[in-house]
Amino acid sequence: MRPNDRRYRESHEWAQKQGDVLAVGITDHAVEQLGDLTFLDIKAKVGQKVKAGDLIAEIESVKTVADIYAPMDGEITAVNAPLGQDVEPLGQSPFEKGWIVKLRPASAGAYDALLDAAAYEKVVAH
Amino acid sequence: MKQTPFHACHVRAGGRLVDFAGWHMPVQYASILEEARRVRTGCGLYDLSHMGRVRIEGKDRIAAADRIFTNHIAKLKVGDIRYSLICNEQGTVIDDVLVYGETDAVFVVVNASNTDRDLAHMRELVKGFDARVVDLTEELAMCALQGPLSEKLLARSVVEKEALSSLGYYKLMRGTVLGMKDVRISRTGYTGEDGFELYFPRQEAERVWDALLASGGSDLAPCGLGSRDTLRLEAGMPLYGHELSEEINPLEAGLDWAVKFAADKPFVGRAALERVKAAGPQRKLVGLIAEGKRIPRQGYAVRHGGADVGFVCSGTFSPTLDANLATAYVPTALADGQTTFEIDLRGTAIAARQTPLPFYKRQS
Repeated sequence: MRPNDRRYRESHEWAQKQGDVLAVGITDHAVEQLGDLTFLDIKAKVGQKVKAGDLIAEIESVKTVADIYAPMDGEITAVNAPLGQDVEPLGQSPFEKGWIVKLRPASAGAYDALLDAAAYEKVVAH
Repeated sequence: MKQTPFHACHVRAGGRLVDFAGWHMPVQYASILEEARRVRTGCGLYDLSHMGRVRIEGKDRIAAADRIFTNHIAKLKVGDIRYSLICNEQGTVIDDVLVYGETDAVFVVVNASNTDRDLAHMRELVKGFDARVVDLTEELAMCALQGPLSEKLLARSVVEKEALSSLGYYKLMRGTVLGMKDVRISRTGYTGEDGFELYFPRQEAERVWDALLASGGSDLAPCGLGSRDTLRLEAGMPLYGHELSEEINPLEAGLDWAVKFAADKPFVGRAALERVKAAGPQRKLVGLIAEGKRIPRQGYAVRHGGADVGFVCSGTFSPTLDANLATAYVPTALADGQTTFEIDLRGTAIAARQTPLPFYKRQS
């Protein structure tokens, strides 16, 4: 079972409440599917307004490249710039060290609409 | 999805299995980069049973083979192995293969993705000859040991140790391996390292896999197709569907050495390729090193002077060279070893410089 202190999207992002902002990352399942990670290109900038589904980063592995999306509407309040230099902490620890951006949600209800850990488990099991 | 005779071994070892040309194959067991480094420095064991294995038999088999393949099969002695193309009448590539000279047959190893098409094509072409095409893919298992320790490790399982040691690169022998007599052992591979490929009855597969790993100890580990792709690209070896296709001819791919225009060699595609040779190919395959941390991928546009001039065939991060590599077709005039390009990586222009192929060559 994955951590139930946060919510998930079917596209394998997670979002965790940290005060009035959400930390956003990708799941261990996404990391495993990508294989050896080589580079994280964080496209989002601090202060940028994003909509749910907007591209916030691209992640590269030896075999492929994948898009990472904003889980909801909001404003970017921080980016994990060191991961752009060295993506390894994300690969080692996607739920703890792997946060990619922090975002102040535009509405309070958006977080609750995401999948809880049990529902995400079913997505991954398919 | 089809399963190779080693499938249960991959599942037991926790390999990550994916659909590859209709086969359920391990792309990696642990890390692709670790597996690639292992093959450059030690030894890796690969399941290659998805590849097609075909025998051409009959009195006219050589003549038939010289019609099918671009390399000169009449010159092949027993125990010799040649890389070759199969072309269509337009001179573009249906497949790239290895052709083995045997006492009573021509043995051919083809790409998994093309096996059905190759069989149909070969069967059509042998109709005018006393020759038959026999598909051995289902009855033979195929695996490879690749890496500088391959000879040392394989010798532990082979009776004919001296013959193994003196077997030259791209040569075939028959030997006794783990109690199996008459096993085809070829000193070949798709990694740019020393290594061997073995062909034996499929019912022996799991036993042989486990015994090879046990005898190799910590010097040997199973490796997946992900590392094989990285290694072959470092070694400048083409992959069908990337550097080769029915849109590409072997001369632009730099494979002139595998196309023989001898008088007694009327292969399919010859007339078209003679025209290409006379005019010179319009484009050429080049090696590129991309700046920065992003990896070029198949299909990305290659630009020069503000215009699209070519496309990326393959790209990888190279653990051996610690660089991001790509192959690309560019106009012949620009394939000068000097001209620099930009690769469009999903909207970001990345500088790329030419470097001679292969990117990596082992010290022999």
